[in-house]
Amino acid sequence: MQLRVDKLGVIIAALAAYGALLAPFATFRANRIVAGEARSISEALPPAWAAIILFLIITTAGIAILKTPSRLRLGTAFAMIAALALGIGAAAAHLTPPENTYARVSPASGFWILLFALGLLAADALTRLRPSPLVRVLFLSAVLGFIAAVLTSGTWDGLSLLKEYASRADTFWAEAGKHLMLALGSLAAATAVGIPLGVLCHRVARLRDGLLGVLNAIQTIPSIALFGILIAPLGWIAIHVPGAAAIGIRGIGTAPAFVALFLYSLLPVVANTVVGLAGVPREANDAARGIGMTDFQRLIGIEFPLAFPVILTGIRIVLVQNIGLATIAALIGGGGFGVFVFQGVGQTAMDLVLLGAVPTVLLAFTAAIVLDALIETVTPNRNRVQSA
Amino acid sequence: MLRLPTLFRLLAFAVLIAFLVQPQWFEPLLRPLVQENAPAIYNQGSLLQLTLLHLRTVAIATAGATVVALALAILVTRRSGAEFLPLSRSLVNIGQTFPPVAVLALAVPIFGFGEKPTLIALFLYGLLPIFENALTGLTTLPPSIMEAARGTGMTGRQRLMKIELPLAMPVILAGIRLSVVISLATATIGSTVAARTLGEVIIAGLQSNNLAFVVQGGLIVAVLAVLIHDALQAAERSLGSRMGR
Repeated sequence: MQLRVDKLGVIIAALAAYGALLAPFATFRANRIVAGEARSISEALPPAWAAIILFLIITTAGIAILKTPSRLRLGTAFAMIAALALGIGAAAAHLTPPENTYARVSPASGFWILLFALGLLAADALTRLRPSPLVRVLFLSAVLGFIAAVLTSGTWDGLSLLKEYASRADTFWAEAGKHLMLALGSLAAATAVGIPLGVLCHRVARLRDGLLGVLNAIQTIPSIALFGILIAPLGWIAIHVPGAAAIGIRGIGTAPAFVALFLYSLLPVVANTVVGLAGVPREANDAARGIGMTDFQRLIGIEFPLAFPVILTGIRIVLVQNIGLATIAALIGGGGFGVFVFQGVGQTAMDLVLLGAVPTVLLAFTAAIVLDALIETVTPNRNRVQSA
Repeated sequence: MLRLPTLFRLLAFAVLIAFLVQPQWFEPLLRPLVQENAPAIYNQGSLLQLTLLHLRTVAIATAGATVVALALAILVTRRSGAEFLPLSRSLVNIGQTFPPVAVLALAVPIFGFGEKPTLIALFLYGLLPIFENALTGLTTLPPSIMEAARGTGMTGRQRLMKIELPLAMPVILAGIRLSVVISLATATIGSTVAARTLGEVIIAGLQSNNLAFVVQGGLIVAVLAVLIHDALQAAERSLGSRMGR
């Protein structure tokens, strides 16, 4: 067998070498707010651990540089990521002096660079393997399962991120619930309103340009402004409409955030419904009319099933976008993971920012993978959606 | 011969300029939105200056993103970079799931407060649509034309400059337009990390419960986004028709 060099592998190996040898692996701080001190792999870990991690990095780099089968590359990348995950936990335990509750240990640039390099390796291998939708979702569940296992095992308890979590465990889950409610609830509302609107736009051409124009204009309003602008009308409703305040409608807080996300969500849902319905082949409609289907039967039995993949693509766009945008809700007291992000930015506490940002990114990522898999499953073979 | 939509846009542009230069003319319009003694026009800085800073931030970030995205797209569509093509598509998809706020917040610990993290976040976020469109443009060229170019003995460089880039240009420009519009709105979030953009006006309004501030900040950005979007689209069309399409 001839050994050949993989160009991407060289870049990955170079990144890994820089991350492992030149950049700090972990940061140690005597307390939450003082400046951190950098620690390399050999300083941050007990000698045996450091040796194992360095050996694994060298092996991984070798496998990356040479042209090796995609399955091997994927397996190596995930094994190495797992080793790093356990390693950073070990570093926290090793660096924190016994009985010290103020000291903080967090992953430093070297750790993140290594993680990025391994992510590249895994993403490249996955792209080449083109796994089926089901396999992709199983993969995702395995990764999430691993993260959950490490979290519950206590391996990461010494890390600064988890210490931030420990002091906010109650609010964390409350904000998580609010974040999900905002993102999913506004999506549900937008779907319930947007699909009928899309059907209407499809049938009434004159309505289409006007409505899509208005929805397009809403998208250009910056999110923080739209959130803010809605404070006034909702505040007015809360005071003047009997019963409104009782069901939680208020000028600030969750209500304006919910309405803003709903308004942003409408365009992709309506536009994709229109595009999907327009793409239904004329012959299918003619055949349906020929066998005497009413307009409504045709809509439910023929047009919807054929347009469904395109509508679902609109829903995917909305969901991923909403999970990200819901962080802005924190600025108007709407809650969600943004609370930690903006508190962290205010206190220049990186770990607090991460406590908000990491779950948001994970959620968005999970939503994207699951919906992409779903879209690919419902799309007929002739025009498969190309996705990551 | 001005058509109605064009007239409408010119009018919007004139009103925007008037508002930025002489905001107090519009004071009566915004007065009903605030309580008795609160100011109706942003009074902690010049709206014109903030708008120019906002546009400058977006321009720098987009220019940087265009250069890098285009270079990367050209690189991975050459034969020597073909190994990177599948991964680059995946990375674009993955990158777009990252919320802009997360990118911005994570840039703060590395680059400090102010202009820098905002520029970095806008740059990274702006890369994606341009790169995606450039990839689409460069990989969906008609095979017959590429074949003909090769047949006439053009070198790889000549093909790129005279055939591939001009043909892919409309799609690439559409990507840049999309990137600019996203950046215009996202730049406002930069003010949460003390960048000087129009977001400052909105955030000041949120903090002091002054709806007039929120409305004027938001409307300036929205009108800017619509006008710039349409102007770029018009520029693309005139470029297209001049190249005989």
